[in-house]
Amino acid sequence: MDAKFWLIQTFNGVSYGALLFLLASGLTLIFGVMRIVNLAHGAYFLLGGYVALTVIKASGSWLLALPVAALAIAILGLFMERIFLRPLGFDPLRQVLLTVGFAFLFQQAALDIWGGDNLIVQPPAELARSIVVGGLHLPLYRIFMIVLAAAIGLALWFAMERTRIGAVVRATVDDAEMARGVGIDTSRVSMFIFALGAFLAALGGVIGGAFLGVYPGLDFEVLPIAFAVVIIGGMGSLAGAAIGSLLVGLADNFGKALFPEVAYFSLYAPMVLILAMKPTGLLGRE
Amino acid sequence: MKKIFILLGVLGIVSVLAPFAGPFVILLLAQVLVLGIMAMSVDLLLGYTGLPSLGQAAYLGVGAYLTAILATRYGIGLGWDFWLVVALGMLSGAVTAAFFGLFAIRASGVYFLMITLALGMCVWGLAYRWNSLTGGDNGINMRGRPKLGELAFSNDLVFFYVCLGFFVASLLALQLLVSSPFGRSLVGIRERELRMRILGYNTWLHKYIAFVIAGAFGGLAGVLWAHLNGIVSPSDVILTTSVDALLMVVLGGPGTLVGGLIGATVVVFLREYLATLVQWWQYVLGAVYVLTILYLPGGIMGFFKGGKT
Repeated sequence: MDAKFWLIQTFNGVSYGALLFLLASGLTLIFGVMRIVNLAHGAYFLLGGYVALTVIKASGSWLLALPVAALAIAILGLFMERIFLRPLGFDPLRQVLLTVGFAFLFQQAALDIWGGDNLIVQPPAELARSIVVGGLHLPLYRIFMIVLAAAIGLALWFAMERTRIGAVVRATVDDAEMARGVGIDTSRVSMFIFALGAFLAALGGVIGGAFLGVYPGLDFEVLPIAFAVVIIGGMGSLAGAAIGSLLVGLADNFGKALFPEVAYFSLYAPMVLILAMKPTGLLGRE
Repeated sequence: MKKIFILLGVLGIVSVLAPFAGPFVILLLAQVLVLGIMAMSVDLLLGYTGLPSLGQAAYLGVGAYLTAILATRYGIGLGWDFWLVVALGMLSGAVTAAFFGLFAIRASGVYFLMITLALGMCVWGLAYRWNSLTGGDNGINMRGRPKLGELAFSNDLVFFYVCLGFFVASLLALQLLVSSPFGRSLVGIRERELRMRILGYNTWLHKYIAFVIAGAFGGLAGVLWAHLNGIVSPSDVILTTSVDALLMVVLGGPGTLVGGLIGATVVVFLREYLATLVQWWQYVLGAVYVLTILYLPGGIMGFFKGGKT
């Protein structure tokens, strides 16, 4: 347990947190804007990875697979929102069961199309190297993950805080009724945000496919972790999702390394405490 | 009450026919009954108290792991002391729920869903990772079912009747509970909590007690589940088990108790029976989820009542 151990574990935790941010930022936006508890979000992550595999197989380009997979899943999410979720109205229980139903449908479809093997989304060779910083071997791919998540986080933050679209979204989060009153088409905002959430989750699936793999069941493995991030950070808050991702990423890595027997417990117990003490999370608004 | 008698009649017919059924069907029927107990515990929360629990698998897991650990490590619960384990299983479910309820009952609506999900995941995390106690991913293999004197539970038919007995006892106990003044005030809380509070009811305590009782029946289901399958593993405690339990109730009809068994029948049939016949069974399960939500707001029981829920 020297300094090296702590540095490597911190690095791994931060890079895992970067991946979680991609998954959870969409989930938190969807909840904030639409109050929808989306249990199909893990399925978007999984399907993103699978679509990327197909694109890579067809074109050989990993770089092309990223946007194609994310866009394909965004369109899927858009249809799901328009056709099924929108007419449902706000009833958390029915949303949960409906989205679980879709998660099962997607899971079976993925199994039929891509089979049951654990597949790896192979990143390009340039990213598969490691670089040495101060005697530590750091995989370039994980650094890329951190940079990408940071870039997307900044872009989202900029879009939300500094643009007109962002203002419209924030108005919808704060008070949808009032937003409608001043002429904002909240239904269209919801559609846009749901597609964006699916886009981000699928992007996470492609990125994560390099070291988590892509396999049946991955969807329901990542889903509760994404919820832990969203709850700890505060439902609807992007900055909360960023902090939550870092905390959960680090807690997961150090938990597994230091106290393996309670590793997952140590992820979900804070989630319980936050929900009991401050249901809005660290940075969520009332 | 009428629905209870109809159900008891159906169960009577099934129990008469059971000896002629194949061994696989007997096991499925026993599964339906055990999960039916769990579904009724969810119904007490969801259908009568208005609390959608997304973590009921936790109590099933606690009861099942307790049974498995006592049986494999200490040899307890394999003879007449089976009854002791039943009591301990219910107690462990109740105690766990009593602890979890301190956190969960404060929350409402979507936050209640989330906190029960988190509590369920805590139990799953311990089951999955606490190798020295739970066997980790492999779980715990049981070494045979109890034998009470001449009565060997290892015979699937015998064990089916045991599960049937526990199911009927649970059904009657819960029916008694929901038709008592306490049960009526739970319904009052479901309908309008604020009014009940103004009328002087301690709504927190009512919800808490319902939560603890539901935990006890979850624990009971766990004891039977462990012996039924002969193995207890983290996959019994995963999120989908809890979600399935919710679906059973919503599908069967919330606030009816009986609906839980109907829902359990459908879900077990799809997950266990259809899965042996066709590869694409999960499409049907997914479709059942989606169609239930879109077209059966009152569940199957509500459908028979002519849409009145």
